[in-house]
Amino acid sequence: MTEPVAFPQDRTCPYHPPAAYDPLRGGAPLKRVTFFDGRPVWAVTGHAAARALLGDARLSSDSENEAFPVPSERYVGLLRRRTPLLGVDDPEHNRQRRLLIPSFTLKRTHAMRPRIQEIVDQLIDDMIAKGPQAELVGDFALPMPSKVICSMLGVPYADHSFFEEQSRRLLRGPELSDVEDARDRLEDYLRVLIEAKQAEPGEGLLDDVIREQTAVGEFDPEELAGLAFILLIAGHETTANMVSLGAYTLLEHPERLAELRADPSLVPTAVEELMRYLSIVEGMLRVAVEDIEIAGETIRKGDGVVFSLSLVNRDESLYADPDVLDWQRSARHHVGFGFGIHQCLGQNLARAEMEIALGTLITRLPGLRLDAPAQEIPFKPGDTIQGIVQLPVAW
Amino acid sequence: MSAVRPVHIAIDTGRCIGAGQCALTAPDVFTQGDSGFSEVLPGREDGNGNPLVREAAQACPVAAIAVRFR
Repeated sequence: MTEPVAFPQDRTCPYHPPAAYDPLRGGAPLKRVTFFDGRPVWAVTGHAAARALLGDARLSSDSENEAFPVPSERYVGLLRRRTPLLGVDDPEHNRQRRLLIPSFTLKRTHAMRPRIQEIVDQLIDDMIAKGPQAELVGDFALPMPSKVICSMLGVPYADHSFFEEQSRRLLRGPELSDVEDARDRLEDYLRVLIEAKQAEPGEGLLDDVIREQTAVGEFDPEELAGLAFILLIAGHETTANMVSLGAYTLLEHPERLAELRADPSLVPTAVEELMRYLSIVEGMLRVAVEDIEIAGETIRKGDGVVFSLSLVNRDESLYADPDVLDWQRSARHHVGFGFGIHQCLGQNLARAEMEIALGTLITRLPGLRLDAPAQEIPFKPGDTIQGIVQLPVAW
Repeated sequence: MSAVRPVHIAIDTGRCIGAGQCALTAPDVFTQGDSGFSEVLPGREDGNGNPLVREAAQACPVAAIAVRFR
């Protein structure tokens, strides 16, 4: 047995798993890796094992558990804070999720499509007016989901620019003090908004949840503010990164891009394949709360587990030539949105956003190209959601 | 094209988390109610001859859908 691989590591190409993970590919579906603090953790790399384990209640998402694995130094403080929905187990998770699922059904997200199209068109109009150059992350990929979330939450139009500005600072800083200040302002804003909506209900997710909670006599504005904040975080950078990294990947695969332009009906299939191929949530964390026997190994109570979604989504036993971007394959059953009870609540909204954003971008800007050498475009470090930092483009 | 055998579909609504993957995969058989939970469309409990019914069951992140041959 060779030395365990260190995890997480930075990607070498923004859309491929890190080259340093090569020893983890193929073979047994569970491997030992070492975290920054020297802790040995199970890395799940096989598709069948990943689906079984992500659906296994003996693996906990509770980041307050002392044994919860921490992927890097800068997460030491962050993870110890209780995160509603994402960082809690059933039954609490189930109760919170049930409040929100009516707002994310296929029907509801379908009804959002005209609004998403309007947002995307407006952003592209602005880019064209300022063009023929743009920075695609700041000018398009980030403001798009921010505006969509504003609409969904029912943030009044007059507050949109405040909300977008604070969510931009929350995600991009640049200083840590910006992030913290933006977090405080947004949380305060959401509390006030919830109070106002309680007094005078209108249209939107917050109004719906308030109505639902009030009907069963469980109105909890503090919890609702927390949930709204998580929706903002979870629905924002993930989508933005898929759009910017998706655009970069398409520009680096001109034949695939030409196929999409020739036949826009391929866009939904392409979005699924990009979800598989890009796997922007690279390391999903859990801790075992009981012993689990799987694939000839025993995960002991207290062991940390990390799901390398990029390797799971490139499992050769399920996807032939997994490193090839291919619209003809069935990318269905990828775990890019996770699996099990925590599978992405907003996945149907995210699909609509990605389809409309990428589909419209390549149609309206037929001359779209990178405006810097591909190798010089900065991308995110390995311990966070994968994506592009800045994407200069021209057309 | 060979005929798809009729099946019996059961959804464990206690487990369902409203991900909507069944309705996305086989929209002629599954739907999502306004509360977000999945339902089999009335009269489609036999799978409507749709070969994607099994695919839809596999797509369920919480294995809430049981498909049995009748």
